[in-house]
Amino acid sequence: MTIPIRLTLNGKPHAIDLDDPRVTLLDLLRERLGLTGAKKGCDRGQCGACTVLVDGRRINSCLQLAASLDGAEVLTIEGLSEGDALHPVQAAFIAHDGFQCGFCTPGQIMSAVGLIREGRAGTDPERIREGMSGNLCRCGAYAGILEAVQDASGRMEHREDAA
Amino acid sequence: MIRFDYTRAATVADALAAARQPGAAFLAAGTNLVDLMKGGVTNPERVIDITRLPGLSGIEATPDGGLRIGALVRNSDVADDPHVAKTYPMVAEALLAGASAQLRNAATVGGNLMQRTRCQYFTDAVSPCNKRQPGSGCAATGHATRIHAVQGWSEHCIATNPSDFCVPLAALDASVEIEGQGGTRSVKLTGFHLLPGDHPERETVLEPGELITALTLPSEAAQFASHARYLKVRDRTSYAFAVVSAAAAMTLDGDRIGQARLAFGGLALKPWRVSEAEAALSGKAPSPEAYAEAARIALDGAKPTGEANAFKIELARRVAVRALTQAAAGTPAHIPALPASPFGIV
Repeated sequence: MTIPIRLTLNGKPHAIDLDDPRVTLLDLLRERLGLTGAKKGCDRGQCGACTVLVDGRRINSCLQLAASLDGAEVLTIEGLSEGDALHPVQAAFIAHDGFQCGFCTPGQIMSAVGLIREGRAGTDPERIREGMSGNLCRCGAYAGILEAVQDASGRMEHREDAA
Repeated sequence: MIRFDYTRAATVADALAAARQPGAAFLAAGTNLVDLMKGGVTNPERVIDITRLPGLSGIEATPDGGLRIGALVRNSDVADDPHVAKTYPMVAEALLAGASAQLRNAATVGGNLMQRTRCQYFTDAVSPCNKRQPGSGCAATGHATRIHAVQGWSEHCIATNPSDFCVPLAALDASVEIEGQGGTRSVKLTGFHLLPGDHPERETVLEPGELITALTLPSEAAQFASHARYLKVRDRTSYAFAVVSAAAAMTLDGDRIGQARLAFGGLALKPWRVSEAEAALSGKAPSPEAYAEAARIALDGAKPTGEANAFKIELARRVAVRALTQAAAGTPAHIPALPASPFGIV
């Protein structure tokens, strides 16, 4: 028996028939929809490499059964830029060297986008570190990640003030 | 993960009916359940998705001046609710000290109450474990027991409850609203989780097929708003379970303590509230001596399971003294950058 679900994925509607209830959102994205930006690190909700936004909130996609997300709006790293124009968080990660090997980077960036939307951290380094603690970087690029999030957070707040 | 049948329940009645079948498990966010299913620790035959149930996603005032939090409200939404943060600050602080932002955005109130122990012999899915496989023994006893219980354990199970959220809830006399075939009932949170005794496989008072629908806080819980703290000692500053934690709250009556509340996390298989220690504080001047005496009473009868966790008893006394000192100093205007951390600046 298949489980039909509808998702809005990076702004586009998708109708999907799941042939197995065990499929997580992460596996759906990577194995069935060809979106390999979200990474499978631990697959157990501990590393944050699979972070995406569901209905505007950052979550670990490895722990969400796709079947339970019928009707959800999902934003992945692939949907973040507008054409060739990078999202401010993406641009800041490049400007501040917020990565080395890059494996955790899509999760770091989606988590940072979620953190900035939550409006809790601003540019306070302690609050950013705390707010990003669900994303591990085994290369240890944390110093650059922190600078990138501070920079992007400041710019985005400024942009919102202006708007 | 073993294959299972998936059902999406549209109403509470549907969910209760589906849960009567053997091998059924309710799925909310799944942050704990799906993890355990991936590890083969739990293998439900039927998963009943309760995320669409109506009426379980709100936070509302009750007619008697308390608060009702629906079972499906996300942990982050409870912590960010302005009324919760202002009136029950140690509840918000405990929530924000738990897990990661991603997990808090998904995990629900009901799921937090139902989360399983992080005893590594339980979660490895292969060691003898009386909780996972009744009668198989306890592999933890005599082995790596640094995180294990010093209160309320039995020879059959020495695990601890990992929840931060439940600690201030126990201190504030929260109740759990439960729906079953026989109707609705309410149970005090302090009586919701069961100590292991001879049956560690029984973890809560829930009967098979019963569903948590809400959590309620009584009106009296609000009187601690200006003097309440949660303090959590863990192996790293963020995104780690408590080694020991404490929720401390008091009312001040002139230069004396009126009522006090004190509960611990990390000590037992349930949030560990000690009313004798609370009573000892009442009427005393807030002072290091009074806190030390309360901490001594609170750990009365504590017993390590071995050398590895003996340190937790003295640690718990010191955490209690620090948390009481912080509570007496007053709830900070804002939750600190590092919630519940001994390194937080407040």
